[in-house]
Amino acid sequence: MTRRGAIRVAAACALGFIWLAGDRAAMALAEQARTAPAAKPQASKGTTKEPASFGIGRPATPAEIAALDIDVGPDGAGLPPGRGTSADGAPIYAARCAGCHGKTGKEGPNDVLVGRVPGDAFPFARDPRTPKTIGSYWPYATTAFDYIRRAMPPDAPGSLQDNEVYGLVAYLLFLNELIPADAVIDRSSLPKVTMPARVHFVPDTRGRPKAP
Amino acid sequence: MKVSRRALLAGAAGVVALGKTGAAQVPQAPSDPSKVRGKPSRALGQRAPSEKPQRQPRGATSSGTPHQDLCGTITPADLHFERHHGGVPEIDPKTYSLLIHGMVERPMVFTLADLKRFPAVSRVHFLECSGNFGGRTAGPEITPQQLAGLTSTSEWTGVALATVFREVGVRPQAKWFLAEGQDAALLTRSIPVAKAHDDALIAYGQNGEAIRPEQGYPARLFLPGWEGNASVKWIRRIELSDRPFMTREETSKYTDPMADGTARLFSFLMDARSLITYPAYPVTLGRGWVEINGIAWTGSGKIQRVDISTDGGATWAQAKLQQPVLSKAHTRFRHLWNWTGGEAVIMSRAVDETGYVQPTRTELMAARGVSSVGYHYNPITGWLVRPDGTVVFRQESWT
Repeated sequence: MTRRGAIRVAAACALGFIWLAGDRAAMALAEQARTAPAAKPQASKGTTKEPASFGIGRPATPAEIAALDIDVGPDGAGLPPGRGTSADGAPIYAARCAGCHGKTGKEGPNDVLVGRVPGDAFPFARDPRTPKTIGSYWPYATTAFDYIRRAMPPDAPGSLQDNEVYGLVAYLLFLNELIPADAVIDRSSLPKVTMPARVHFVPDTRGRPKAP
Repeated sequence: MKVSRRALLAGAAGVVALGKTGAAQVPQAPSDPSKVRGKPSRALGQRAPSEKPQRQPRGATSSGTPHQDLCGTITPADLHFERHHGGVPEIDPKTYSLLIHGMVERPMVFTLADLKRFPAVSRVHFLECSGNFGGRTAGPEITPQQLAGLTSTSEWTGVALATVFREVGVRPQAKWFLAEGQDAALLTRSIPVAKAHDDALIAYGQNGEAIRPEQGYPARLFLPGWEGNASVKWIRRIELSDRPFMTREETSKYTDPMADGTARLFSFLMDARSLITYPAYPVTLGRGWVEINGIAWTGSGKIQRVDISTDGGATWAQAKLQQPVLSKAHTRFRHLWNWTGGEAVIMSRAVDETGYVQPTRTELMAARGVSSVGYHYNPITGWLVRPDGTVVFRQESWT
């Protein structure tokens, strides 16, 4: 039952009670309700049309937004100040990442992160054993920063400092032979790293009539 | 030996009851229940002691719905499949909030109570993980749960995302939004704003009660008909933008390598698929009439037709669809078959209201090649009924 329906039923019950009991005070109240000038605004009849605004929620403060707004776009938007090189990242990788991703990023047991395909071919629909590494499959370098900062390592997600993340990204890009060993990765250089897989990605091409 | 499904279940229960530990799992029912006063009323209902449907965890990050134990279209909430990337977070509904910012007129924060004050929408929809095909490398002894357990159907209740977007004043140049969860993965996906104006919800209800933790408590994004990963659970933040964000989940994962050397990005739509849930492994059939049944679904709208073959795809007949057929929801199909004892391969093929026909393995492989993960694999599959009545998955080569 809607709330409006419930009120209507409650009102009907109350009137029934008055009629049965003949309670003078209640009758007086009912009389008063009928005849008293409308002190309150008249009850809305309700509508099925939604208003432009319900007035629900409250404005977000700039500080609240800044505290959560950690995403990084493919154009580098959202990258924080800071920097790192592969030399900075190597020891952090050994301490925090190698246990799951292998000593050189190729051994697993979790996702293989390092490795290129000869000629930067894209054999993933021919050979399911080809690992989808950062160097062979990831279309944007910025994704590595965004993902490591938000979700890694799984035993302490979100615990890495921005400079540590820059260092790790530099180390992983270096291991994938995408940047030289001494390259500095920061908010301006990261979006410019050329990712070999990028050219292979296309929008969903299933149309109507649809193909698999 | 021919054993009915019921006898098989009863036999299994007997083994459990007489196990070495002596701890009977199923309480003995009185021989004549009408001669014993029954149990009193209680605060929380429970399944009958003999009924023990269970999800089947695959590692720590997913578990599938036991389709072989279900008979309708709604999945009991505690059997809804789960898939998560950082575990199931515990979120206090009193401190929960959703931030919406970016290309909006008014960046705003909504509490759970705020979300519930908006006009509510309830709809029955399936959800499916796009990696829901367990038949590529499996042996013949797999259940419907192992083959396609990562799809379930619920009644979802929430506020239309379009309503919330109107409240914050989404700017016309905003074409995408980032949805971010409050789990340990802070899972993020970029979603076209057009989906908000179509049928997207911020859902807080599932089958008439609060969403379960595994499904996104206290609130989640719900995108009907789209791959489950995009319906970000435990949603804490939405950021409007004029371009997608290219997150890890939409680039290195949940993209589809194609036979032509490309890879599809943002392949949200779940195409039509069907699954025979009975008879299927580990059932043993007896000769005579069998009602083949199962579920069919499509992200494109309503299931228009399900065809059944009992001869390995040589001939097809139209199954009966349980009414009403709902858009983007599991649809139960049923088909009578008189099994006379010979070997048979039974198959189902879904056709949706757009005319899309569930593809064969050959058609899928021609388009997709051999994928290592197999997102969006929706092939027609078969169950092999052997002359002795045992039923197993009909294996096919995917290489």
